[in-house]
Amino acid sequence: MAGHPAAAAGPALIAEDIHKRFGDLAVLRGVTLSAAAGEVIAIIGSSGSGKSTFLRCINFLEIPDRGRIVLDGEEIRVRIGRAGRLTGVDRKQIARLRSQLGMVFQSFNLWAHMTVLQNIAEGPVQVLKRSRAEAREEAMALLEKVGLESRFDSYPAQLSGGQQQRVAIARALAMQPKVLLFDEPTSSLDPELVGEVLRVMQDLAQEGRTMIVVTHEMGFAREVSDRTVFLHRGRIEEEGSPADLFGAPKSGRLQQFLSSQM
Amino acid sequence: MLDLWIRYGDRLIDGALVTVKLVALACIIGLVLAIPLALARRSNRRWISVPAYLYIYFFRGTPLIVQLALLYYGLAQFEAVRESPFWIVLGDAEYCGLLGLTLNTTAYVAEILRGGIAAVPKGEVEAAEACGMSRVTVYRRIVLPRAFQIAWPAYGNEVILLLKGSALVSTITVYDLMGETRSVFSRGYDDTVYLYAAALYLILALAITGTFRLGERRMNRYLRASA
Repeated sequence: MAGHPAAAAGPALIAEDIHKRFGDLAVLRGVTLSAAAGEVIAIIGSSGSGKSTFLRCINFLEIPDRGRIVLDGEEIRVRIGRAGRLTGVDRKQIARLRSQLGMVFQSFNLWAHMTVLQNIAEGPVQVLKRSRAEAREEAMALLEKVGLESRFDSYPAQLSGGQQQRVAIARALAMQPKVLLFDEPTSSLDPELVGEVLRVMQDLAQEGRTMIVVTHEMGFAREVSDRTVFLHRGRIEEEGSPADLFGAPKSGRLQQFLSSQM
Repeated sequence: MLDLWIRYGDRLIDGALVTVKLVALACIIGLVLAIPLALARRSNRRWISVPAYLYIYFFRGTPLIVQLALLYYGLAQFEAVRESPFWIVLGDAEYCGLLGLTLNTTAYVAEILRGGIAAVPKGEVEAAEACGMSRVTVYRRIVLPRAFQIAWPAYGNEVILLLKGSALVSTITVYDLMGETRSVFSRGYDDTVYLYAAALYLILALAITGTFRLGERRMNRYLRASA
């Protein structure tokens, strides 16, 4: 099932001129990215390049200092306060946009006091106001999709990291998001568990889901993404097809970065 | 030693029942009141957090016996209080004792809860926000259940302290376990009555500890990494 309406003519997501600073440190210095429906974008870059912050600005887990987010034609309304900063954000609108953006975290962040099934059904019940029975049924279907239907009654602490991350992906899918955001989804996994998570993500890409993936997995970026973006010091240094970026990197910094990854 | 129990055992049991009633009620009401107080204490708005801070500061910083005396003897000095509808509560020693215990334990439980809330993993809160839950929902479904579970052992400790603190209501003429004990003692100056009192307090403390241990086992079932 493709989660996005085919009717959307424009890009599924636009993040325009995103700026963010933490104190004196300018982490993002005007990043613009737009994702077409069904597109898979990989964001790569060394740590400190701002790639996670950029992802977190898209669903307002960090409030950007400047810029705008348009999801499926709807712009997040923000008031410009003194000093030209975005303030006084409309909470309800942000909550609605968040409900349409699935987020998968580096550290899974499953709710420890809920079973696997409850974790997945919680969002649909609380936010989308589904009935419990309906949400549980859909949750079971999603668990089957990530290959964990037998663990529906387990608690997160009883699962391996790879299993937890697959549950977290199912939890994000349960909200039927228009765009999926992945924040280094395999970075805290043991090497032998990375594969099972990447395989699930690959399946999602093939289903035609719109995905923005911040990753250290160069293999994933290269083989699965439609477009790869290289972020350096809060700016997009280079972007293009993975074949171009990995095959013939133009900027010296990207060349340097790639050689350090090999 | 036994004939003392035969003569006065009923009174000590009656007193223990008053103690149980006071502690149970103070415990429940205090917990309910502590939730908004803990949230107020954490608020970024100073006009909300400062009064909460002052309340907690006062009730943790003064002896319970002083608080009870102020409530029961202090407020009665004012004619306005004696003529107000609050006199129904403030004029009755037992109500007054319950009020004092409740106000006191609320302050402690709020601090315990505040610690629990602060210890909820930030990522789990973010995950809830990221799927579009409102702030109220995030607290109701994620933060408070997790905070209770984290704070549970400390809360159990507070209930034990409350049980022992409740003996002080005897100073404002409440016939709780301690009140009955003192009254029995004053009849014949037989100090074995204090042994009975200690035994009864121990039994009550044991019941509280057991209850909390059961609750802890149930609440932490999801942390046991097996299955």
